[in-house]
Amino acid sequence: METLLKTPTGISGLDEITNGGFPKGRPVLICGSAGCGKTLFAAQFLVKGITEYNEPGVFMTFEESAKDLTQNFESLGFDFEKLQAEKKLRIDHVRIERSEIEETGEYDLEGIFIRLNYAIDSIGAKRVVLDTIESLFSGMENMILLRSEIRRLFTWLKDKGVTTVITGERGDNSLTRQGLEEYVSDCVILLDFRVIEQIATRRLRIVKYRGSTHGTNEYPFLIDENGISVLPVTSLKLDYKSPTEIISSGLPRLDKLFSTGGIYRASSTLITGNAGTSKTILAGHFAMSSCKRNEPTLFFSFEESPDQLVRNMATIGIDFEQAIKSKLLHIQASRPSLQGLELHLMVLHNLLDELKPRTVIIDPISSLITIGNTNEVRAMLVRLMDTLKKKQVNALFTSLTYDGQSEFNNSTIDTVSSLADTWIDLRNEALNNERVRSLRIVKSRGMGHSNNQHDFIISGKGFQFTSPNKK
Amino acid sequence: MPKEEKWELRLYIAGQTPNSVLALKNISKYCENHLKGKYIIEVVDLLKNPQLAEGDQIFAIPTLVRKVPVPLRKIIGDLSNEEKVLVGLNIRPVTL
Repeated sequence: METLLKTPTGISGLDEITNGGFPKGRPVLICGSAGCGKTLFAAQFLVKGITEYNEPGVFMTFEESAKDLTQNFESLGFDFEKLQAEKKLRIDHVRIERSEIEETGEYDLEGIFIRLNYAIDSIGAKRVVLDTIESLFSGMENMILLRSEIRRLFTWLKDKGVTTVITGERGDNSLTRQGLEEYVSDCVILLDFRVIEQIATRRLRIVKYRGSTHGTNEYPFLIDENGISVLPVTSLKLDYKSPTEIISSGLPRLDKLFSTGGIYRASSTLITGNAGTSKTILAGHFAMSSCKRNEPTLFFSFEESPDQLVRNMATIGIDFEQAIKSKLLHIQASRPSLQGLELHLMVLHNLLDELKPRTVIIDPISSLITIGNTNEVRAMLVRLMDTLKKKQVNALFTSLTYDGQSEFNNSTIDTVSSLADTWIDLRNEALNNERVRSLRIVKSRGMGHSNNQHDFIISGKGFQFTSPNKK
Repeated sequence: MPKEEKWELRLYIAGQTPNSVLALKNISKYCENHLKGKYIIEVVDLLKNPQLAEGDQIFAIPTLVRKVPVPLRKIIGDLSNEEKVLVGLNIRPVTL
């Protein structure tokens, strides 16, 4: 049996959930209500096809003029004028003025076929966008003819061997107003835009994809200056490599608590503790050890500004300033509530691609829970950890636990602890008129570890263990 | 109708399909009857000149375009309804 060939969409994440992209040489219907990103979706499919897969494309627009389209997508870095000049893109605006047209007798839509055929052949197009063909319905009287012609058009496009994206406006009781889904039987994608708890979220669902397995969930997607990205941007397979190399946690005394003398490269470490238990300081040591190995380090700070973080770290002998100057350390600070969960993940993904860090620190990961429900946060963290593992990045997360509440019913801990390879718990308890700081290793996958409680103090040199060093 | 008025009509077809042939026959007949000596009909076969379709925004075949006098008018179909064509081209006002 012939296997279904796919055309990569160039929309990050979408190729993963469709197992390779759209069905090659077939029409794909993208439907959704106004403003959900249909046209952008289609435009990105075309532009990425040209720039990344060298497949020229034809954009047949029934709504916006070529000039408007060009202007609209300029901000996303889609240079329509340049692509047209290079003969990689052709825009044809089919404008139908109801007021200047009369109908009498029999006709067909051969004019559209001819225009499309001419546009496709003139640049050797492999991709076509029809945005949105439903506009014809308001411009013409003979609906029966129109429907049969649209059916003929889709068949013709299939014969022509071009991969076509057709957009359609969401109808009341059907996917599209004019029931276009009846004619496009190969692949139908539904876009949705809704506001949940004042945060706008965009979702995508593959309604049908004949002859191919595909993800069936609703997937969040984002529109930012890079266009559309569908999450997850990685597939959720447990197939990453696990290095055996051991790296330092940044504290020689802490390393000794592990039978291997350190933690595995590309493993994830969770640090939990109440407020004021020095989680961030431990994270700081971890960051410095990475910088000492000359490995780029990305520090996500959800509570402190970069400046404040640098100042505070300097008081305990952790020189972030130097590390930033030598471009080894990058601090990304933002309020968790500033952006939706997906956007945080996206920022992280973009920075991962841009900076290619070998170590990523998120301080604290528990802040993210304030902006999403537990399921969402968990799903996001799973995706995040997966990405980091895949890229062989050392990860460290801190998480705030609260007094009077067992760490085991804290939802972030619940979420993260099962995913973390190493879990270090920090305490700061009142004992005989003084507060005693202590550290315990709760778990460490693939290595033996100390089961004792290790007391420490924070001095001008940072973490200092006070209890005798026992294994 | 002022005497000096000239009618420039353009008929877009795609090969010799029955609809196209019929449309040409119809419009020639109407013009002979109503605009004798005052009209030009240019036939554009889009199979031979596909690049011309975009300029006049042609999507249906056959399409009759009235270029002159302005404003531009379009009539799509085989032009079998004479009354509708004459009104559409504004050759004869609607008579009640």
